[in-house]
Amino acid sequence: MIETLNFLIFDNLIYILAIVLGVILTVAYLTYFERKVIAFMHVRMGPNRVGPRGLLQPFADVLKLLTKEIIFPKNANKFLFLIAPIITLATAFAAWAVVPFQDGWVLADINAGLVYVLAMTSLGVYGVIIAGWASNSKYALLGALRSAAQIVSYEIAMGFALVGVLVAAGTLNLSDIVRAQEGGLINWYVWPLLPLFVIYYISGVAETNRAPFDVAEGESEIVAGFHVEYSGAAFALFFLGEYANMIIISALTAIMFLGGWYSPFTGDSWIAQPSIFWFLGKTSIFLYAFFWFRASLPRYRYDQIMRLGWKVFIPITIVWIMVVAVMKVYHIGPWWN
Amino acid sequence: MAEIKNYTMNFGPQHPAAHGVLRLILELDGEVVEHADPHVGLLHRGTEKLAETKPYNQSIGYMDRLDYVSMMCNEHAYVRAIEQLLGIEVPIRAQYIRTLFDEITRVRNHLMWIGTHGLDLGAMALFLYAFREREHCMDMYEAVSGARMHATYYRPGGVYRDLPDHMPQYAESKWTKGKNLASANEWRDGSLLDFIDAFSDDFTHKINEYRTLLQDNRIWKQRTVGIGVVSPEQAKAWGFTGPMLRGSGVAWDLRKKQTYAAYDKVDFDIPVGVNGDCYDRYLVRMEEMTQSNRIIKQCVQWLKANPGPVMVDEYKVAPPDREMMKEDMESMIHHFKLFTEGYTVPAGEVYAAVEAPKGEFGVYMISDDSNKPFRLKLRAPGFAHLSAMNDMVKGHMLADVVAVIGTMDIVFGEIDR
Repeated sequence: MIETLNFLIFDNLIYILAIVLGVILTVAYLTYFERKVIAFMHVRMGPNRVGPRGLLQPFADVLKLLTKEIIFPKNANKFLFLIAPIITLATAFAAWAVVPFQDGWVLADINAGLVYVLAMTSLGVYGVIIAGWASNSKYALLGALRSAAQIVSYEIAMGFALVGVLVAAGTLNLSDIVRAQEGGLINWYVWPLLPLFVIYYISGVAETNRAPFDVAEGESEIVAGFHVEYSGAAFALFFLGEYANMIIISALTAIMFLGGWYSPFTGDSWIAQPSIFWFLGKTSIFLYAFFWFRASLPRYRYDQIMRLGWKVFIPITIVWIMVVAVMKVYHIGPWWN
Repeated sequence: MAEIKNYTMNFGPQHPAAHGVLRLILELDGEVVEHADPHVGLLHRGTEKLAETKPYNQSIGYMDRLDYVSMMCNEHAYVRAIEQLLGIEVPIRAQYIRTLFDEITRVRNHLMWIGTHGLDLGAMALFLYAFREREHCMDMYEAVSGARMHATYYRPGGVYRDLPDHMPQYAESKWTKGKNLASANEWRDGSLLDFIDAFSDDFTHKINEYRTLLQDNRIWKQRTVGIGVVSPEQAKAWGFTGPMLRGSGVAWDLRKKQTYAAYDKVDFDIPVGVNGDCYDRYLVRMEEMTQSNRIIKQCVQWLKANPGPVMVDEYKVAPPDREMMKEDMESMIHHFKLFTEGYTVPAGEVYAAVEAPKGEFGVYMISDDSNKPFRLKLRAPGFAHLSAMNDMVKGHMLADVVAVIGTMDIVFGEIDR
């Protein structure tokens, strides 16, 4: 008993704390980075008032959000209204348990890691639906319905893309998936699974409700969608959840298609060593792409997103799974050892 | 089984895509709009009634505040009505200045339109790019009139003052210094005309920049092609004017068909659409900006070469020189009469219209031989466009309502008056 407790507290709790704090801090500076990047693309300044170069802006935002009143709409179901942001945030954070940062640096090295991640990211939709329903607002309800339909549809495309990875790696364990890609740029799964890689990332953008798939928030149509009635700390939780989801999608793309912690170079020099920095660097590239999309693309219409998901992405993934299976069976290319 | 009822939703008046105070009552079947009921009047300020209570010249400023993104075009229609009743001829240089500033206004309006239309459909970058250029147009307004938006620059008989010889420059400050200061003052070495010339050279590239962002963008096309289609017959029946009408393929433009100011002396084309959908209207407006730029260029050239008076030499409607007033008793009296009771306009009625950026902006005026109009009726293009809202969005989805509002380019100042 004592040993179990000991193990829980001193081994795992510290790691959990480190991951959670790390994610929260990253989210905070991700918002800063996003505003700066988009401002740069829009020929404007971005935050530059709080602290040197606006670097303390995230803290000012957090402070503001936490001190604001949480307004409950009339006739809203208080319990559901409060539980919704918690679900969104909890699922977004829980997915981090199986993410390998470096060889061996993983909180829970479970064999069903891929399925676990899929489950956690899918559960997030409950937060959105419950929020839309509990708000008792027409805009929020529309946003929640859009979001539910969108996430469920893209979940399929995403799942099929992951089946491709599964076929290629032959394992559900995320660390093993990365290890299967050892050996430089050419061994990464991005090459044999290129269509799946693109579809996975785009589905990820859709799943996190980011531009150009942000119809669930649809600023100009349904104002803020499912979180239109939220304020203060409750809104902050949604915000945190959305950004944590963005990071996890980027991290998973790096893990499954770009060889996680492995260096693109081969040889013995320092630059070819596997390290966490490669993982973080690859993740950052995808995060940057999130902002790039947001800065430049118009928003899809809701039915067009559905069409793209069902009529384009899902057929392509199904076909490519077969292609990958054939390549694997006949050992075409350097990826299958 | 429970009865399934349509979903009624309030779209506005406080809504990010409502362009001011549009209140739309939408009847939705899922996301499909069954019926759209626009409500107007939330920005009613009684401009027409106010104009009846004050001398003619004092209402020019109200015209700016009608369509508050195309200010000088509204003024133009109003002063033209007065000029027609008075029967005075405006000096040719003033005609060119009016043409120049009408086109600058058109560019300004279309920049605002492309920015908000883009923002409504999610293309955020365009909004900020368009506002960057719009800032220069604001500076032009400021240079001639002192105001960045509500200029009150056109007067019956000409324009208030000739164009300034010097473009104001930015002074060094904490935020604008060094390289920033140099680039901010890059075009400002010479006169206003040099500034406008430099702007119009640059603007050609800027339009292409907007086009690269949108024209062939698949998402943009999916959002606009086939949305809000209006046939030419329908457009005419609904009283559409301006780009809304030309987008449907009717080449009707008052600048060509009932020419005024110096439009018969400059060279430009009228773009028309083919399908009458949002994308065609987008193309028409983008091309109009290019054409406006052409007109601006020609006007600048002419104005540089031909100095002259910008105000009619008739002291009943235009104030005399300040110097003359100091010595000449009669001038003094003219000045006093003009600024206390204004001028009387012969009895009669007149309709004067200009091709404002949004369409035909008309002023119908009845005078009873006094110093105030007996009745002033303003014909706002946006009003006719908005009245077609229900027919244009019926059967489309909620997101398309936003696209249609954007393509109508409505401004509530003129609709509610």
